[in-house]
Amino acid sequence: MSVLIFVDQLDGHIKKASHEALTYGAKIAEQIGETAEAVVLGNTNEDLASLGQHGVKKVHHVQAEGLNQFDSQVYTKVLVQVAEQTGAKVIIFSNNSSGKALAPRVAVRLKAGLVAGATALPDTSNGFVVRKNVFSGKAIANVAIKSEIKVISLNVNAFTISQGEGTAEVVPFNATVDTAKTNVTGTSKTSGKVALTEADIVVSAGRGLKGPENWGMVEELADTLGAALACSRPVADAHWRPHNEHVGQTGIAVAPNLYIAIGISGAIQHLAGVNRSKTIVVINKDAEAPFFKAADYGIVGDAFDVVPKLTAAVQKLKGK
Amino acid sequence: MKILVCISKTPDTTAKIAFTDNNTKFAEAGVQWIINPYDEWYALVRAIELKEADPSTVIHLVTVGGTDAEPIIRKALALGGDEAIRINTQPLESYQVAAEIAAVAKDYDLILVGKETIDYNGGAVGGMLAELLDLPFVANATNFQLAGTTATIKREIEGGEETIECPLPVVVSCQKGVAEARIPNMRGIMAARTKPLKVVEPAATEPLTEYRKFQLPPAKAGVKLVSPDNVDELVRLLHEEARAI
Repeated sequence: MSVLIFVDQLDGHIKKASHEALTYGAKIAEQIGETAEAVVLGNTNEDLASLGQHGVKKVHHVQAEGLNQFDSQVYTKVLVQVAEQTGAKVIIFSNNSSGKALAPRVAVRLKAGLVAGATALPDTSNGFVVRKNVFSGKAIANVAIKSEIKVISLNVNAFTISQGEGTAEVVPFNATVDTAKTNVTGTSKTSGKVALTEADIVVSAGRGLKGPENWGMVEELADTLGAALACSRPVADAHWRPHNEHVGQTGIAVAPNLYIAIGISGAIQHLAGVNRSKTIVVINKDAEAPFFKAADYGIVGDAFDVVPKLTAAVQKLKGK
Repeated sequence: MKILVCISKTPDTTAKIAFTDNNTKFAEAGVQWIINPYDEWYALVRAIELKEADPSTVIHLVTVGGTDAEPIIRKALALGGDEAIRINTQPLESYQVAAEIAAVAKDYDLILVGKETIDYNGGAVGGMLAELLDLPFVANATNFQLAGTTATIKREIEGGEETIECPLPVVVSCQKGVAEARIPNMRGIMAARTKPLKVVEPAATEPLTEYRKFQLPPAKAGVKLVSPDNVDELVRLLHEEARAI
């Protein structure tokens, strides 16, 4: 019996979100008295034994040419084989681009109930109840999984990675691998240096910046902080910034440790995409901007004055 | 070509979120209902665009819901679509909804869903439907093009985009970028009244999960304001108090 964690890779490197999922899965295994095991598909550049640091005892490594590109049907069939052979009771995914395609499929195949977007460890005192955000972060739901096998996808940045001592046993797993119907013909990286959905810090700007030519100071602040860039919907709609930087209810939802909003008033639709951020800083010259109500820290002031000062102050801190 | 678009009814984006019955049910009183924005703006509108490019295309809409869902499915028909199916049961969770839709979703070349609903935010129905129908699935598509029976789809991945080629039939969950928003016109609204809306009885799928209790997130302590002339203080707070940098 096991708690099985799917380890997601990009270019042979394990995504940060998977380290969160591994930590989360190992904690659940401890809680219900099972062993935490991980599964890695395709070639890897990582030392898989080191995943033991998160509390995982065994890593099943399935290697086949057909697994070096992502296809949800092919991956699902392999994961189901691993789940069945290891007697997985709980299967963990990250609720990221891969998990969103895989968790529903694997759940159906195993007749397992799925909670997509978990934010905390399950409560197993009365059944198996998982907490998740609903109404775009405006409420929290406690969802009971009633099936024997449970599938959970963990929200990105919802769980802190813990690293201790430990080495996992890496075992090759022989699986039947189908030929994919889909074919990945290309990938492109977006402009930002840090992936928006995985970023610890996000610097976001809105209409208060007045025009795309003024983004230099925002980029400088983001670079100084090692942050990803984001923007509000009107900015993306006006093509000041690319659509893949648009955060909000209809754009990308983010949950970084720190979200800095510059010149964004904080419409309810924008808040719905950022309200899971741990700390929110708002810089706006309008003291009545609704965003201040959702913020932890704020500066009422002109972005053109405050942002360069903030960059300098962060540089000073980092220089210490 | 036959396209199926899955439509959900959700509270308006500005609706007040509250719960009744000892926090076990969403408080529906006074709530305005809309078509889930991802279903409308991206999935449905892309289907309409495909029909405009190839008028022989047939668009069917499907929703799982009681008679309370009829205004929503009529509104979707007003935007476009040839006929609609309402599966006559209340939606309870992703698997139940996916299984009910799968029972009527045979023989479509393309199934489009929104990337998630804005109420329960599961984003799981599309993937479950694909597995139940044994079809390929692309989640969180940002672009969808069709040439003959081959789809070229872009999807969001961490820090970038992936381009995928896939033969039809396929299930695609749609998000921003797939289509541009449009508003129903008067002619569409009038036409929608006479378009067929078929009511089918549910397959009585047993749900695998249950929403037990809701709560509102803990209130923020309130904003700490820092003077624009003392930005160093903000950095100190972020470093020492919030431990965010």
